[in-house]
Amino acid sequence: MTTKLKEVDVVIVGMGWTGGIMAKELSDAGLTVVGLERGAPRSDAGFSVPMIRDELRYAVRNELFMDVSRDTLTFRNRPAERALPMRKLGSFLPGEGVGGAGVHWNGQTYRLSPHDHALRSRVEERYGKSFIPQDMQLADWPMSYAELEPFYDKFEYMAGISGKAGNIAGRIQEGGNPFEGPRAREYPNPPLKPSLASEMFTETTKKLGYHPFPRPAANMSRPYTNPDGIKLGECQYCGFCENFGCEANAKASPHITVIPAALRNRNFSLKPHAWVTRVNLAPDGKRATGVSYTSVLTGEEFEQPANLVILCAYGLGNVHLMLLSGIGKPYDPVSDTGTVGKGYCYQVATVVQAFFDDRIFNPFMGAGSLGVVIDDFNGDNFDHGPVGYIGGASIYSASLGGRPINQRAVPPGTPRWGTEWKKATAHWYNRTLQMSVQGSNMASRYNYLDLDPTYRNAFGLPLMRMTYNFTDNDEKLSAHLTTVAHDIARAMGPTHLGPRTPRRAPYSIVPYQSTHNTGGAIAGHDPGKSALNRYLQSWDVPNVFVMGASAFPHNSGYNPTGAVGALTYWAADAIRTKYLKDPGPLLHT
Amino acid sequence: MAGVVGVGVAIPVAPATAEAAPKDKVQDGPAANASARCYQFFDLNEVAFIEAFVDHLIPADELSPSGTELGVTIYIDRQLAGAWGRGARMYLLGPWPAGTSQQGYQLPLAPADLYRSAIRAVEAHCEAVHGGSFDRLQPAQRQQIMLALSDGSLRLQQIPAQVFFDMAYANVMEGLFADPIYGGNKDKRGWRLVGFPGVMAAHAENIERFRGEPYLVEPLGIADLS
Repeated sequence: MTTKLKEVDVVIVGMGWTGGIMAKELSDAGLTVVGLERGAPRSDAGFSVPMIRDELRYAVRNELFMDVSRDTLTFRNRPAERALPMRKLGSFLPGEGVGGAGVHWNGQTYRLSPHDHALRSRVEERYGKSFIPQDMQLADWPMSYAELEPFYDKFEYMAGISGKAGNIAGRIQEGGNPFEGPRAREYPNPPLKPSLASEMFTETTKKLGYHPFPRPAANMSRPYTNPDGIKLGECQYCGFCENFGCEANAKASPHITVIPAALRNRNFSLKPHAWVTRVNLAPDGKRATGVSYTSVLTGEEFEQPANLVILCAYGLGNVHLMLLSGIGKPYDPVSDTGTVGKGYCYQVATVVQAFFDDRIFNPFMGAGSLGVVIDDFNGDNFDHGPVGYIGGASIYSASLGGRPINQRAVPPGTPRWGTEWKKATAHWYNRTLQMSVQGSNMASRYNYLDLDPTYRNAFGLPLMRMTYNFTDNDEKLSAHLTTVAHDIARAMGPTHLGPRTPRRAPYSIVPYQSTHNTGGAIAGHDPGKSALNRYLQSWDVPNVFVMGASAFPHNSGYNPTGAVGALTYWAADAIRTKYLKDPGPLLHT
Repeated sequence: MAGVVGVGVAIPVAPATAEAAPKDKVQDGPAANASARCYQFFDLNEVAFIEAFVDHLIPADELSPSGTELGVTIYIDRQLAGAWGRGARMYLLGPWPAGTSQQGYQLPLAPADLYRSAIRAVEAHCEAVHGGSFDRLQPAQRQQIMLALSDGSLRLQQIPAQVFFDMAYANVMEGLFADPIYGGNKDKRGWRLVGFPGVMAAHAENIERFRGEPYLVEPLGIADLS
C-alpha cells in the first residue's frame, strides 16, 4: 500500500552539502521543495562534550557513517572476478543522516585547478595524444574554471573557509598557492594557527624550493557569520574533527548552515528517515514523475510526485539510484557504450611518517584541515614528460588529531606487542610527524559501477557493484610522488623515517584510504560519453539533475568538496536562471 | 629513557584544563569497576584463553599493569556481548564464497561467533601440538602461536587465523585506548602511557603556547565530565 503525496515542484534525494545547497537555493526561488534523507535528523544538541569525544563510538564503530547492514556495495578488482559484498566499512566512509558526510568531514576545501577543467586538451597540447594510455578515458570538463569561479567563491563564503589566497585576479599572493587559478578575492577567514609539524613542513619545503601554503579549511580560524546570517564558532583544535560532529559549530557543515537557512523558507520541508528506492519515470522513460521512498521508521511506502528530481545522495548513491531507476544507459566496458556507472575514480593516497627523538608535537591539538600543503607536484604544475604519467598530488603535513586508538605510529621494526611495543608507543606517540600524498586518479575503461547480479539490500534491491583497480598510471604516480614526500621527510632530519610504500595494484577495499569516490554519473560535452550535461542535468531524463562528485570526469589531487559545492551552486543557478524559464533540456544535441 | 609522558604523573601545567575537573571526580566510570572480572560473553575456558592472549600482547611491566588488569578483557567481553559482537552494522547475508584479500571480510560470522569458533580452534591446536591449553603454554610457545596467528601461517580448523588475530588485536588496542566508560583503559593507564590528555580539549591557545613543549595534564574521560 503506497501513499501518494501531493505534488511538489522539487524533490531532493539526500540532505548533505549538495542537497542542503539545492534546498536553500531553490526554496529561496519560491519553489515548493521536499528534501528526503534516508538517515536520522541532527539537532544542535547532538554533538555535545563530553559525549562527542568518543573515539571508539565515532571513529572506530563509525556511528555517523553509512550502515552497511542495510545497504552496501559489492567489489571486485576486475570484470573476470566475482564481486563480493563490502561487509564492513573500510577504504571509504560515506555519511548518512541530515548533513551527510558534511557532518564528519575534515573540512579541506580546495578548488580544482584550471588545468583540471581542460584536462584532455592540455595533456594533448603539451605531451601529445600518444601520451594518453589506451584505456584511460581522459576528458575535458564541460565547464571552465573561470565559469565556476563565482560559485567556488559563493561556497567558500557560505562555509567560512580559512585560508590564504595565492592568486587574486591574476596577482600572485605571498604565502598562498601560486599555482591556483585566479580568484576574485581573499578567503573569508585567515588561516588556522600552525602546529609544530606545519612549521617544520613549511620550513623544509621552502628550503627545497617548493611553495607551501596553509591547507584551506572549513574549520573556523575565528568566529564567523556567513552571508546567510549563520553564525559559526571558533575552532578549538580539539583533534576530534573528521569522523565526528563539531560541538562548537566551528566546522562548516550542512546541518548548521544551508539546511537551517533553507528551513527558514516555509516552502521547504525536510523529511529524515525517508529512504528513496526509485526515481519514477513516465512510460516513455524521458521524464521523471517523482520518487518512491520507504519510511525506515514505520516501513510505510510513499510516492512523492515532483516536477523536478535532484539527486543529492553521496556520489555512489546517486549512481546506484540511477541504475535502479533506469535513468540513462548503463555503461558497458566491453563495448564501451552507455554512460551510467562510467568513470568511477578514487584517490591514489599514501602516508609518510617521520619520527623525531627531540621534538614534541602534541598531536592531540589539531583540526581536520590543519596543515600545510604544496601544489608543486599537482595537476600539470610540473613537467610530466620525464615521469611518464598523467596527474599529480597534493603533498601535505596534517595535524588532525592524536586519538590513540587509531593515531599512534611506531618506527619500522618495532614489535607489534609486548614491552618493547609499549615502550616505543609511549615514546613515539608524541614525536611523530605525518605527511600525506593525495594523488589524482584518471578514469579507466574497466573501472566502473553497475548492478550486482546476486546480492541485495534491505529493500530487496540489487546492490551496486564496483569494479576497480589501480592502473599503471596510478602506480607510476604513486611511486614518484611518495618518493618526493619521503625525500621531504628525510630533509627534515628525522631520527627514523617510516617506510616508503607507494600504492600498487591490486587496490584493496579493506584499509582506509580516502572517502573521495568520484564519477559514475559524469558530466561532459557528449551525450554518448557522459551521463550529464554541463549543468549536471541528465542527458536522458532532463527533469533529473545529479549533484556531487559522481559528476567528476576524473578525480584530482585535491579533496573534492570545494568543487562539489561550486558545481552545486552552478547547477542551482542554471536551474533558476535557465531551466525554470523553459523546462527541458538545457543543451540540445 | 623511554618518553613515558604522563605515566604516573599528574602535573596540571595547564590550569584552564585542569580546573574543569575537580580532583575528587577523577575516577573511573562505574563500568570500569569490575575488579572481580565478571564476564558476560566468555565462558570459563574462553576466559583463560582471552586473559592469556591479552596479557601476552600487553604484559605487566614498568610501563603499565597487564592488559587484563587494565580491563581490556572486560572491554572485549562487553563488545562481544553487545550489538557489535552480534554483527551490528555488518552486511552478513550470503552467499559467502571465499574472496580475494582485497575484498575483505567474507565470513558468515558476526564477531562474537568468530571469537568463539577461533578460540576453540586455537585451543584444539594447542592441545594437539603442545599438549596443553593456550594459557598454560610456556611464554616462548605462546609467542610462537601468536606470531603464527598474526601472519596467518597457523592453519586452524575452518577459521582463517589471521582474520581472527587482526580483529582481536584491534580489539585489544581499543580496550587499552578507548574511553574508560567501555570497561578498559582502567585509570586511563592507556592514555597515561602515551600522554593523551583525554576528552577535555580546548586548544586554541595551547597550540601556540605549548608548540614543541610537553603538555602534561591529568587525563579526563567522559565519565569525569558527565
